[in-house]
Amino acid sequence: MKSVEEKQNSIQQEQGLWMFRKMVQIRKFEDAVREIFARGDIPGFVHLYAGEEAVAVGVCAHLTDQDFITSTHRGHGHCIAKECDLKGMMAEIYGRATGLCKGKGGSMHIADFEKGMLGANGIVGGGIPLACGSALTAKVKETDQVTACFFGDGANNEGTFHEGLNLAAIWNLPVVFVAENNGYGEATPFHYASSCTHIADRAQAYNIPGVVVDGRDAVAVYHAAKEAVERAKRGEGPTLIECKTFRNYGHFEGDTQTYKTKEERESQAEKDVIQRFIQYLTDEGIASKKDLDRIENEVEREVEEAIRFAEESPFPSENELTTDVYVSYPTDGGGA
Amino acid sequence: MGRTISFSEAIREAMEVAMSKNPDVILMGEDVAGGGGVDHLQDDEAWGGVLGVTKGLVKKFGRKRVLDTPISEAGYIGAAVSAASTGLRPVAELMFNDFMGVCFDQLLNQGAKFRYMFGGKVKTPVTIRTMHGAGFRAAAQHSQSLYPMFTSVPGLKVVVPSTPADAKGLLLTAIEDDDPVIFFEDKTLYNLKGEVPEGEYRIPLGQADMKRTGSDITIVGIGKQVHTALKVADHLSKQGVEAEVVDPRSLSPLDNQTILQSVEKTSRLIIVDESNPRCSIARDIAALVADQGFDYLDAPIKCITAPHTPVPFSPTLEDLYLPSTEKILSAAEEMIGETLTTV
Repeated sequence: MKSVEEKQNSIQQEQGLWMFRKMVQIRKFEDAVREIFARGDIPGFVHLYAGEEAVAVGVCAHLTDQDFITSTHRGHGHCIAKECDLKGMMAEIYGRATGLCKGKGGSMHIADFEKGMLGANGIVGGGIPLACGSALTAKVKETDQVTACFFGDGANNEGTFHEGLNLAAIWNLPVVFVAENNGYGEATPFHYASSCTHIADRAQAYNIPGVVVDGRDAVAVYHAAKEAVERAKRGEGPTLIECKTFRNYGHFEGDTQTYKTKEERESQAEKDVIQRFIQYLTDEGIASKKDLDRIENEVEREVEEAIRFAEESPFPSENELTTDVYVSYPTDGGGA
Repeated sequence: MGRTISFSEAIREAMEVAMSKNPDVILMGEDVAGGGGVDHLQDDEAWGGVLGVTKGLVKKFGRKRVLDTPISEAGYIGAAVSAASTGLRPVAELMFNDFMGVCFDQLLNQGAKFRYMFGGKVKTPVTIRTMHGAGFRAAAQHSQSLYPMFTSVPGLKVVVPSTPADAKGLLLTAIEDDDPVIFFEDKTLYNLKGEVPEGEYRIPLGQADMKRTGSDITIVGIGKQVHTALKVADHLSKQGVEAEVVDPRSLSPLDNQTILQSVEKTSRLIIVDESNPRCSIARDIAALVADQGFDYLDAPIKCITAPHTPVPFSPTLEDLYLPSTEKILSAAEEMIGETLTTV
């Protein structure tokens, strides 16, 4: 028998199934991108989110389209968790005209402001001041919108981390800072690059709550984020949540990951976030294996459709090269 | 109706008009009010801007719309950019343009690129007001004129006014513009007085102003150097040479046509600017005319700029650093092929 408190703490069925679907979407989407990239059909380079699904999904479970998120170079997972369209995302990654950004942004710059997704970001730490800006808008306009600001362990050593967290703290901004500590900034271990044991310890310096959660446990992330989002909505200011997570693949696709030991890779694989969440959902009686299999099959088809949509979509027309630079600009305005 | 007010009052007036019209317009920056968090200054200011340009605005609009920021340029410039793309219309003051070095990413890689990178779905109506200019004995880190760097960034608009009326008209347009605008204010012009229209007064970006007409030589001046050019023009006129002084007012967009038309008329071009010369707006305008107006020219184009050095502190050196009437006159002499008396 569960105690009343335990029952209250368990994730509601609708929410649990949504989280599962999103986690599976991210995993299948990323695995597909990996395969397509390897065969050379995706231009540029990609940073995959596989392995970190519990973080984006556990946080975004508390957000609506009106809430904002800022993201990183490893942004596909955040986009999916914030309900960006898979077809539009895949077409964007393929550089096609039907992409969410007309193929002009690519993997590192997917954005969908209608969903509150303020953009993946190619600059480490670049999104932290931006999160303060969307939160400032909410504060000045007196809405109850919350901004979740995702960044990696690399960003916690950027100056924008200090400036952004301090600004959010002194202005009491509705931001949830989510540090995704996957142990490596590119090919350099966190313990080498950071003077702190935990990123969350740095919250003390800003006089805001800092919590460490197991980022491979979607339920733990869900509960920590719930508290932080509610706190922000109550006008009590920002929280820093550090999610200890694991990047299934390299920094970018093609990274041979010589900095990870074989044991590390094998031991982490056993702790797969999705398997763990399946265990939780079935143990708690929130979903049956059959429900989950059905969702997996549906997602499989969604990802296939997204790929087909991208591949069948045209590349942008030539005139797209010079449009969308400004809202307005004289045609003869200085060599444009 | 116009009345005579200073460059700095004209700038303040543009902000006041914009804020009165639109509640989404907010001001933010270091000491734009000053005294944030001080009990007896809840509705009042300590400074109203380091040189008093934003004086009185906190009393009128309150601290919710006039935000003192910490000395965190990357933090608050980035916040202004994103507040703009999510529904506000912020005017952020970056005290000196030299401080751009500590927050450039938020403009270069974030604000300037949002619209393009995101496929045209986002507007970022932010204005960054910032001081520039030598002659204040403020040395190498508080005296530069860095607008060429911003002019070269697609997605940003760049404005450099030279008179109080232009400052007001262009700033109101900048604040109401839906793209990010960097608005450069020469700190040595703040006390310059001039006639300025009252109320809502706007000047479109990308429209150069003929500050003086003439048929013998075109002098394009940027910002304060418009006044140096006018001084030279007066002197030339006494010797029978009529200079046309063109003030581009905005560098991005740039009014190519007015410059080209003037050179077509005069066949000679001098560009006067106090930025460093390499990859500068002076060289950019020279290249434009060489490319599209070569046949109009009777003499090589001359650029009178600062040298390729930092701004020196010592007054004697700083005076030497800036373009001078003597340097412009000697260039004019060479082009016209006559000896002119010095100023």
